[in-house]
Amino acid sequence: MIEVNEVSKYFGEKKVLKQISTVFEEGKVNLIIGRSGSGKTVLMKCLVGLLFPEEGAVLYDGRDFHRLSADAKKMLRSEMGMVFQGAALFDSLTIQENVMFPINMLQKDKSDEEKLERVNLCLKRVDLQNANNLYPAELSGGMKKRAAIARAIACNPKYLFCDEPNSGLDPKTALIIDQLIIEITHEYGITTIVNTHDINSVITIGESISFIYEGNMEWRGNKDNVLISDNELLNDFIFAQPLTQKIRDLS
Amino acid sequence: MIKILEIIGEYFLFLWRVFSRPEKWHEFFKKLIYEMNAMGVGSLLIVSIVAITMGSVITIQTALQIESSWVPAWTVGFTVRTSVIMELCPTIISLLLVGNLGSRITSEIGSMRVTEQIDALEVMGINSASFLVLPKIIASLIVNPILIVISIFFALLGGYVTVLLTGVVSAFDFIDGLTSFFRMYDVYYALTKTFVFAFVISTVCSFYGYRIEGGALELGEANTKGIVVASFVVLVLNLVITQIML
Repeated sequence: MIEVNEVSKYFGEKKVLKQISTVFEEGKVNLIIGRSGSGKTVLMKCLVGLLFPEEGAVLYDGRDFHRLSADAKKMLRSEMGMVFQGAALFDSLTIQENVMFPINMLQKDKSDEEKLERVNLCLKRVDLQNANNLYPAELSGGMKKRAAIARAIACNPKYLFCDEPNSGLDPKTALIIDQLIIEITHEYGITTIVNTHDINSVITIGESISFIYEGNMEWRGNKDNVLISDNELLNDFIFAQPLTQKIRDLS
Repeated sequence: MIKILEIIGEYFLFLWRVFSRPEKWHEFFKKLIYEMNAMGVGSLLIVSIVAITMGSVITIQTALQIESSWVPAWTVGFTVRTSVIMELCPTIISLLLVGNLGSRITSEIGSMRVTEQIDALEVMGINSASFLVLPKIIASLIVNPILIVISIFFALLGGYVTVLLTGVVSAFDFIDGLTSFFRMYDVYYALTKTFVFAFVISTVCSFYGYRIEGGALELGEANTKGIVVASFVVLVLNLVITQIML
């Protein structure tokens, strides 16, 4: 379980996160939703240690991440996997080498055969078994995201972070990525945190949802009650598109 | 002024992160070999062409400037050799390498920053500064002096070919000048400058690539800044080293 306790983050004078508190539940897909610029990505960067919050704490099973020693922090990071918005695959490496990379760097005791076996298993899991020797530039957007997921799960992470995994993808491919995320979460018992503003993701994989508005934690719930909430700001966000408005009016 | 001091402070903090023990020596050496190949082979042609033309021009200019019966003919070869070893190759070729290697380093690291590849390394718990930059610095410290030595050879060869083709001075006198009053200290001086310049080029350009925030526009700006600052520092240090060593 990941607990976020009163986390605040400033950029100069501007307070981007305002004493955010929430809990990301173990073994579930936890969504952070909100409009662009609401602070979702900043919160995720604070969670994985790319940004240091000025106030508050991020607790991983009780361990205060930002106040751990360098070695303990490194150990905790080896339990994390992350899928970036643009996939962030290493351009100069093939897909096989990309997935092999974290194993090579973090699991030094494994033999080459074991590493290759793990890579092939991960690539098969994301349905990229024939892409070993391709370079990221040769893949489509959806394939890149799947390769990034394969790299993120290569070291059997306990926590999986996905920053806007559906951005730039068509609805069908986005659905495949969502399905993959929820399957992997349950299959490996991972605590997954997904940063998104895709309403389809909200209602399909949102086992736990935190809604952020202008740096404040506005609402917490799940996919079952997100559509029937009486929170105005949440409703403005969820029913912003004509299609969702129409569905609401019809129902 | 405070902004400049801030950037200098940031640069030294960056170096502190870069000079830490590599995560995995095997990966480090793999990257080092890759960088040495990319830097050395990639720059060899342009360095050779510039050195040959520089040697040719300096030979013709020197011959025309000291065209007098009072000055012995071997002076042309002697002056060409001295200026090529002590100043032209270490400084001009290093400035060329700022543009060639420096912009390559800034672009590569900068685009990795923009596309979140550096963040991906950090999330894995890898010291990205050390992992990406240290092999580039070491490769530059090995490759740049080799390139400078090669450029000295080509510059002198260019001068010799020019003498043969134009006859501004006899080939015998030119060779006589090249081999007269040779001091090994001049070569040490040139290589010392080259080492310092190589360090400046690789670290300054890496620093500007590493600290990019934004996208393609900022990448272009960082590239220009990296080249301008590295060139400026090379020129200032050239003056300082010359004052100290000569």
